[in-house]
Amino acid sequence: MLKINNLNAKIDKKIILNNFSLNINPGEVHAIMGPNGSGKSTLSNILSGKKGYDVTGEILYENKNLFELETEERAHKGIFLAFQYPLEIPGVNTNIFLKTSLNAIRRANGEKELDAIEFLNLVKEKAKNLKFEEEKLNRQLNVGFSGGEKKKNEILQMSILNPKLSILDETDSGLDIDALRIVADGVNSLRKKNNSFLIITHYQRLLDYIKPDFVHVLINGKIIKSGGPELALELEKKGYENFN
Amino acid sequence: MREKELNILKDYKYGFTTDIESVKAPKGLNQEVIRFISNIKKEPQWLLEWRLKAFERLKALKEPDWQKPKYPKIDYQDLYYYSAPKSFKEKPNSLDDLDPKLLDTYKKLGIPLQEQKRLNGIAVDAVFDSVSVATTFKEKLTEKGIIFCSISEAVQKYPELVKKYLGTVIPITDHYFATLNSAVFTDGSFVYIPPNIRCPMELSTYFRINASDTGQFERTLIIADKGSYVSYLEGCTAPMRDENQLHAANVELIALDDAEIKYSTVQNWYPGDKDGKGGIYNFVTKRGLCKGKNSKISWTQVETGSAITWKYPSCILQGDNSIGEFYSIAITNNHQKADTGTKMIHLGKNTKSKIISKGISAGLSDMTYRGLVDISSRANNSRNYTQCDSLLMGNKCGAHTIPYIKNKNLESNIEHEATTSKISEDQLHYCQQRGLNQEEAVGLIVNGFCKEVLQQLPMEFAVEAQKLVGISLEGSVG
Repeated sequence: MLKINNLNAKIDKKIILNNFSLNINPGEVHAIMGPNGSGKSTLSNILSGKKGYDVTGEILYENKNLFELETEERAHKGIFLAFQYPLEIPGVNTNIFLKTSLNAIRRANGEKELDAIEFLNLVKEKAKNLKFEEEKLNRQLNVGFSGGEKKKNEILQMSILNPKLSILDETDSGLDIDALRIVADGVNSLRKKNNSFLIITHYQRLLDYIKPDFVHVLINGKIIKSGGPELALELEKKGYENFN
Repeated sequence: MREKELNILKDYKYGFTTDIESVKAPKGLNQEVIRFISNIKKEPQWLLEWRLKAFERLKALKEPDWQKPKYPKIDYQDLYYYSAPKSFKEKPNSLDDLDPKLLDTYKKLGIPLQEQKRLNGIAVDAVFDSVSVATTFKEKLTEKGIIFCSISEAVQKYPELVKKYLGTVIPITDHYFATLNSAVFTDGSFVYIPPNIRCPMELSTYFRINASDTGQFERTLIIADKGSYVSYLEGCTAPMRDENQLHAANVELIALDDAEIKYSTVQNWYPGDKDGKGGIYNFVTKRGLCKGKNSKISWTQVETGSAITWKYPSCILQGDNSIGEFYSIAITNNHQKADTGTKMIHLGKNTKSKIISKGISAGLSDMTYRGLVDISSRANNSRNYTQCDSLLMGNKCGAHTIPYIKNKNLESNIEHEATTSKISEDQLHYCQQRGLNQEEAVGLIVNGFCKEVLQQLPMEFAVEAQKLVGISLEGSVG
C-alpha cells in the first residue's frame, strides 16, 4: 500500500529524515516510536502533502508516485492524517465541516454525495461510538474544545471518512486514560484487511490498546530498529538514550 | 491544469461590454450639461433649480482627501455625465420594446427581467448607464399601493413625494461627491411603502455601467411610511476597462414611525486587473434617517468589487427607540483598496445601534474600517455595540481599524471590540487534508469568518454572496 524508499527531507538545509524507508501492506498496523526531534512529525507532514520541505527519494502509494498528488488528492485516495495539533476554524460549524469533507471525497471518487439527513444519521452513530457529545458537533470547529476533545474529533472524522491509510500523529498525547481507550477502540473498529495504520507516538501506552504488527524505532531521521510489539516494551524499559 | 482553471475563474465574469448605440450629453461638467440632463428627462423647474444650486455649491467645495486610499486626480471635465442607449430616446412601454441586446446583457448578468422569471419573486429595477430600463412586478406592487419605479418616473408621477423627501437626508451641501451627485444624478430607484404595508417581496435594483468614460451618478430614495416594512437589494457590475470609472451614487432612506427598512448591497463592480489597472472608483454616499419613533434601518453590504471603495452607509437615529444596524463584509484582493464603515448618530432617546464589520484583505490590497458612533447629550439610555474583525491573507496586504467614538450622554453605553487574524497555512493544509481543494478551503474559512453578516442577507442573495466571497479570493493564496 505504502512504500517509502530512501526518503530524505531537509528544512532550511537541516536534515530531518535521512534515507528513511518503510513498507506498509494492506491491513497492517505500524507504530513509529522516537524521541522529540527524531523526524516523526515531518514524516506525517510529508505524507499528508504539507509544503516547505526539500525532499528526495520515493514514496509510492498504491503503486503511484505520491509526490504527484496534491494534498486533497491524497485525501481523496484514502490517506488520512489525525493531526497532532488539530486546527481551529472559527465560524465553521463542525457538522458542516465534516459533511463538506466527506462529500468532497465522495465526489472525487464518483460516489453520490450524502444529503443532510443521511449525513446526520451517519455522524450521530459514529459520535455515539466515540462518546463524542452531539452538542459539540454544532459548535465551531475545534473552537473552545479541550485538547482531548480535539483529538477525539480527529478520530471521529477518521471513522466517518473510513480511510485506507490512517496516520495518527501523537494522537495519544494529552489524552487521559478513558479518552485513550475510546480513541483506541475507534482505531480498532476500523481495522480491516484493507485498512492500514501508521501510528506515531512517544509512548508505549497507546500500544497497550492498539496492538501493532510492527514497531519501528526512529532516531535522527532514520529507522534504527524494527520488530514486533515486544520492541515497544523493550524501548519503554531502556529509554531512547540507551537504545541501540 | 489547476493553474489554468484558476486563471479563468479569476477573470471578472461580468467584464463584457454591450455594443449599443448611446445618446450622450457632451463631455464635461457645466450648467449646459445639467440643463441637458434635466431637459432630456423633462424635469420640472424646481428640480432643475435644485440641481443648479447644487452645482453652484460644488464650485466652492473641494474633494475630500482624508481617506486612506489615494487616487489620481479625476478630470471632471473629461467625463460624460449622461449616457443612454439610443433606443431609449422614446421610453419603452414594455419589455417587448427594449433593445434585444440590452435584454441579452441582463440575461448574462442573471437578472430576472423577463416575464417567465416572475417565479423568482423579486421585483427588479435595472439601471443601464444612466437610464432605468425596466421595472418588473409593477402591477402586483401597485395593488398594495407600493411605488417602485425609476426616480425619473417618480419625478413625473409623484413629484410631491420626491420634492418632500429628496435631499432631506443627504443635503445638497453635504460634501463633494454627494453634491456632485445632486447636480448631475441621472437615474436610480424610487420606493414608497404606504402606512402599515409590508412589502410582499424583495425589491431589487441592478446597476450597470456600460459606456466608457462615463460616470454613474444614480440616486435612490426609499421612504417607508408609518408601520411599513421593506427589504431592498442592490447589485452592481461593470465591464472590464483599462481606465478607471467613477461611480458616485447617493442613497437616502427614510423610515417613519414604527417602519423598518432593510437595505442590502452586493457590490461587484469591476475591481481592475491583477496589476491594478482599471476598475471602478466607488465613492458612494448612503444615509438612512430613522425619522419616526421605533423605526429601524439596517444596512448589509458585501463589497467585493471596485478598485477603490469609499463609503459609510450611516444611520441617523432621530426617533426615540429607533434602531440602526450595519453589517459589512468587505473584501479586497490584488491592488484593491477600501475605506469603509459606518456612522451611527444617536439623537433620540433609547436608541440602539449595532455594527458588525468583517474585512478581508489579500494580495497587495489595503483595507480600512472607519466608523463613527456619536451619542448626543439628549440621547438618554442609548447603546452601541461594535465589532470589527479583520482577516489577512498573505503578508503583503494591510488592515486598519479607525473607530471614532463620541459619547456625550452619561446614561449611554458604547462597546467596541476588534480582532485581527490571519488565514494560516496550517488551517488550509488541515482543510485540504480533509479533501477540500485550496479554493474550497479558503471559501470555507472566509465564509466562517463572515457568517454573522451573511446571515443577514435575504436567502437567495446569501447563497450568491457566499459564492462571490469565494471567487473574489481565488488565487490569493499559495
